[in-house]
This record gives sequence, C-alpha cells and structure tokens, in this order.
Amino acid sequence: MLDNIKILFRQGKQYIPDVTKAELPGIFRGRPEISNETIDTAALIDLCPTGAIDLNPVSIDLGKCTFCGECAFSFPSKVKFTKDYKIAANQREDLIIKAGETEAITLNPDLIRKEIAKYFSGSLKLRQVSAGGDNSCELELNACGNVNFDMGRFGIEFVASPRHADGIVITGPITENMAVPLQICYDAVPDPKIIILAGTDAISGGIFSDSPALNRTFLSKYKIDLYVPGNPIHPLTFINGVMDLIKKRK
Amino acid sequence: MSNYIAIKNNQTIPVQNIPVLDYEDFFALNTGLIQHEENHCVSYFGYRIQDKLKLTCCMANDTDGNILISSCEIKTNAREPYPSFTAHHLSFHFFERELHENFGINYAGHPWLKPVRFSFDRTNKDSRIENYPFYQIKSEELHEVGVGPIHAGVIEPGHFRFICNGEQILHLEIQLGYQHRGIEQLFLNKKKLLQRTTLAESIAGDTVAGHTTTFVNLWESLCNYQADEDLQFARTLALELERLAIHTGDLSAICTDIAYQLGSSVFGRLRTPLINFFQIWCGNRLGKGLIRAGKSNFYFTEGLRKQLEQLLDAYENDYGQMWEEFHTLPSALARLEKTGVVTREQAIAIGLVGMAAKTSGIRRDVRATHVHDLYGQLNHQPVVKHHGDVYSRAHLRNKEIRQSMGYIRKMLQNIPQENKNRRPLSSPQPASFTLSLAEGWRGEICHCAVTDKDGELMHYKIKDPSMHNWLALALAVRNNEISDFPICNKSFDLSYCGHDL
Ligand code: SF4
Repeated sequence: MLDNIKILFRQGKQYIPDVTKAELPGIFRGRPEISNETIDTAALIDLCPTGAIDLNPVSIDLGKCTFCGECAFSFPSKVKFTKDYKIAANQREDLIIKAGETEAITLNPDLIRKEIAKYFSGSLKLRQVSAGGDNSCELELNACGNVNFDMGRFGIEFVASPRHADGIVITGPITENMAVPLQICYDAVPDPKIIILAGTDAISGGIFSDSPALNRTFLSKYKIDLYVPGNPIHPLTFINGVMDLIKKRK
Repeated sequence: MSNYIAIKNNQTIPVQNIPVLDYEDFFALNTGLIQHEENHCVSYFGYRIQDKLKLTCCMANDTDGNILISSCEIKTNAREPYPSFTAHHLSFHFFERELHENFGINYAGHPWLKPVRFSFDRTNKDSRIENYPFYQIKSEELHEVGVGPIHAGVIEPGHFRFICNGEQILHLEIQLGYQHRGIEQLFLNKKKLLQRTTLAESIAGDTVAGHTTTFVNLWESLCNYQADEDLQFARTLALELERLAIHTGDLSAICTDIAYQLGSSVFGRLRTPLINFFQIWCGNRLGKGLIRAGKSNFYFTEGLRKQLEQLLDAYENDYGQMWEEFHTLPSALARLEKTGVVTREQAIAIGLVGMAAKTSGIRRDVRATHVHDLYGQLNHQPVVKHHGDVYSRAHLRNKEIRQSMGYIRKMLQNIPQENKNRRPLSSPQPASFTLSLAEGWRGEICHCAVTDKDGELMHYKIKDPSMHNWLALALAVRNNEISDFPICNKSFDLSYCGHDL
C-alpha cells in the first residue's frame, strides 16, 4: 500500500492542464502555409505520394496529405508546416489550404446540426470502427483517453457498444471486407448520431485511395460531421476538433 | 549443382541463380530442411509467369545465418493436388493456405485450407467473409461465443469464434481479413519510391520502424547501394525505441486487462515521452517520415542525444519502481502465471517467431541470427524464457525493455557523422531477387522482392510475424477460462493489418 502511494506521489500530475493551448514538443507537421514564391510547380506536384498538391493557386489538401513533409524539404521557401494542430474541419473543402492562407482552420457553425450541441455538449460517447486502419490512428485515439490527454474529463469517451454510442469514429480507408460490419455498427447507433473520420486514410483513402480492395460507398450515403486529418491524427487535433463540434454556441 | 542457393540477409541475387526444381525435389528439400530445428520458413510465396506459377521457398538457418532459397514452377490448373508441405510440418500451413486462396492450388494432406484474408484477387470470389462457415462441433453440451469483427475497445477488427464447455474454451477459431487493403498489389502499382515507402510505413502503423527498415534495406540492396553508417544508426535506434515504447504500452494494456489501474496508468504514461521523442526527432509520434532509402531528412543531432539521455534516466527510475511493484503483486501474478501456455513443442511445430518463440524456449531473433544495420556491433543476446505463459510474455518485455535501454545508451556514445554528400540511389537491378529480415518488436519481419528484366518490381511479398503467431493465440487459450482470453490476446498483441495486408 505504502509503495502504491509512493508511486502515485512520484508520478504527480501528468495531465495537460489546457488542451486548447498546449505547445507540442519538438517538430510537428500541422497546418501548412504556402508562400507565393515562384517555383517548379510540376516538380512539387510530382513528388507528393498521394496527389495532395494542386495548382492555381498552389494548394495542399490535408484530407489527402500524409504529412510526410517531403514538399517542405524540397521547396522550403514554398511550403512550411506550422505546429498548429487544430486542423479539424466540418467541411471537406476547408481542408484544402491555398497559397497565401495563414488563418487558423475553424468549424463552420452553420453546418453543425442544432441537436449536436443540445444532446452532446456535456457528454459524447463514441464507438470506434477501424476499417482497414493501420493501428496508428487507433493507438492515438486510445491515447486521447490516457492520463496525459485525459479526454474523459470533457465527457468524451469511447464505449464498447454502438447501442451506447452517440456516433462513430471511422479510421482506415474502409476495406471491402469491413463495409458490411461498418454499416451494421452505424445502424445500431441510436439517433441523433454523428460520424467522424479520423486520419488521412479515412478521409480520402490516403495512399490506398485507388486500391481495388476498398469499398467506400458508406461515405457517400451520410453527412460527415467532422474530418480530423493526420497520419496518424494527433490526440490534440482530435480532442480540439470534437470539443469544437459539440460546444454550445451563442 | 546444389538444389538451393544460400544467401545472407539483404543480399540481392539474379533470379536465374535460384535453382528451379521439380515439385518432388522442391518438396523433399524443404520438408527435409525443416526437420532441423535451426531452420524455419521465413517466406514461401508464388507469382505468375505466363501460365505457370513460380514458387519460391526461403528457409532461414538460425545457426549460420544463411537463408536457403529454392524454387519450382507448377501449373495452377493441375488436376492432381500437390503433396502438402504442411502434412509434414505444420509451420507451412499459413503459406499453403495463402497459395490456395490466391491461386487455387490444391493440396493433398493439408489439414485445413482455411481462408487467410479473403483478398480482393482471390480465385474463389464466391467465398465471402460475411458468410464464412466457422468450424463447428455438434454437441448439446457445448456453446459458441462469437466476438467481433468489431471489438469492445479501440482496436482493429477480426473475428474470434469460441467453442466453450461452460466457462472453459475448448477451441478458438480466428478469422481475419477485415483489414485487407491490397497492399502487396499497391507496391507494384505505385511507381514512386516515396509512395512505396509510405506503403511500408502503413503495413502496420504500430511497427513503422520495423517494416520501413525492412523495406529500405531491401530496396537499397536491390539498387546495389550501401547505406552510410548514420542511416544505419538511425534505423537501429528507431527499432529499439519502437520496441521500448510498444513494450511499455503493452505492459499498460496487460494491467488494464487484469483491472490493475495503477500499472495501467503508470506504464501508459511512461510510453508518452518515448513516442513524443519520435515527434521531437522526426515530427511524428509513431516515427512516420523518419526512415527513407538512401537518405534521411532527420539527422540525429547532439541536442537530440542529450534529450534522449535525460529521458531515459527519468524513464528508467519510474519504470523500475512500477515494475517492482507489479511483478511482486500476488493478485497480478495469479492472473498471469500458467495462463495461456504455448509449449516448446507447439512453438516449433507451428513455426513461431519473435516474443512468442522466445518465451517458449526458442532462441530466434533476427538481431542475433541474421544481423543487419548496427546489430553486429551490439552483439545481441536474445532473452529466452521457458514457460510460454502470459507471465513469461510480460517478463520478456521487461527484460527486452532493459536490454533496449542498454543498446540505446551504448549507441548514443558514438553517433556517426552525417554524410552530407550521399551517393544518390540508382534504379533496382533487373531480374533480381532480394530478401530482407528485421526483428520488429513483435518479431521477425520478412520482405521479398523480384524484379523483371527492366528492373521493375514484378512481385513484392510481405510477412509480418503475426502470420506465424496468430495460431499460437488459438492454441494458448485452449482449456483456459474464456474470461482470460483478453489477457492472452494482449500478451501476444498481434497485428490484424500486418496479417491482412
Ligand atoms: S507533406 Fe503532404 S503535401 Fe507534402 S509531399 Fe507529403 S503528402 Fe504531399
């Protein structure tokens, strides 16, 4: 018993006090900023592994980007990644960052259904469905609930049964073999319910987008409430995105 | 002429140097080799050449570090089934099931040609994962429990079908495939190196260092490129850091499954600075972006060395205290000891690798037996345990955590200079074969590649250690209480996506 108390004492406080303002250690590739510099754009587009870069103006689609950073290494004067981890959006187009844009990414309040804040702002239970996820986003979603990020203190938690959930969080590019279980799980969640796509693979298919082993028809049937980019998502990106989605607005 | 060619880890040879045997000789050779305990099959695969299927079998010898490669060309539409390797040694069961699923090869004497993953290019499209007929035992006494594909936690999908006698598990069938993304085919379709590296990083996102190191070592060998020491340093360091981080996280998960809250929280939080260090080093908590063929975007600086040393000092103290408390706690030991046992005989029969092999008394660890990168300098001595139970697998993690810390500290004393003038990578050599092995935290990873006459990839074969080890979980839970399943499962911590590809 005494040893247990010693360990507890020694561990002290581990949680991040303010998850909305925390600084990330070291380097992190968050929201990119693209300058108006003239460069060899054909070479820039060619080097991207997932076709996330487009032209007129030069843009990066965070829903496709794997955050490999190669564009910034090859064209440092053109692309730079800031440490801003608040990159979740509720509109697919808002994930496309164009040259010259340096504003923070925010949710469009007009697109948030009224019942979301009404029912979920103090308590949101989520069912996670990995559909071809590589276990990196899954690890980070688990980390959201650990003693450091402690998402539970905001009433946001993952639950075991879809029947206890208010929505689903999908990771992975959605394989053919998971298409049916995903649908069954979604159907089992009572209304009203939300859908969150976590990670580049879920949002666009990522590096797997043209694989013959996928079946992404589920996504065309429903409105997506939140897109959380990352490869994998950072816990702070997820927590901030979800808190923004469910908060009460004036 | 010999009926096989012996190569070393990461060696490239012309495909034509691999002897092509009759099926009879191919069969006799490989089922003969496997009778020696020092040999095991690291990969066995087929690829189409016109109307034939070329089989290539790779047997690694753990004593002399050789890998014996042999091949055989067969017809896929043969009337007569081929004699099964598995009938002689169970460890081939996975590879033959894969050949059966992908190419329709029929085998005589294979105990159960159970579907592997319902791959998109399987021959029998009528066989679907939704209506797969699970193994059944007709009895009034027994009942079935189906779990998954979606599990209770935030975890990948797979189906577990238990046949139970009361609370006791009589039989467990594991059906995977839900995670199949067609990754081997994408290795051929995607032509850019960065795309292929990204794929390697996504084979199993919890083993980024393991699979990416295996890929880049293979690729560099294929391009006849010798990696500078600073690149090899970064790969070795990443592999050991990944092992340290995941083992620590697994101890947390084991504590969670026995409802030991203190261990779960403390081990869980101890993982955080380790993966944060990956972010400090390369901008990604799981190490994505760090390892590249023929280059690196993130040199390991003096500043990083200091931070990592401080981190390890703090970690070691807290870890040691928590481990002492955990492994002397009677209520924890009662749940771990003699639970989920895999015997040495079983381990050899089914060809286990990695942690599962080492806890059942088999000294099998690529870092010692088929060295690559800086492992030659570290003189790795694998930790071997003998009870094969959950406790052994927890204990092995503890030992390996301490071992990895030692290796990292040793490596930090001598950081190689960055080569600022690296030779660029050329293209892969034509008509060549390469095999690469690395010891990820789970165990042995094997990638093989074959190029055509223009140096284009014509086959890419991935083997995650989970492909050998899932069967160990099914055997381990027999006669255990079904309530002990989660902790057995966690003690192996196998990969779904690494298996399903
Ligand atoms: S960081 Fe994103 S946009 Fe840049 S090359 Fe990588 S995937 Fe493409």
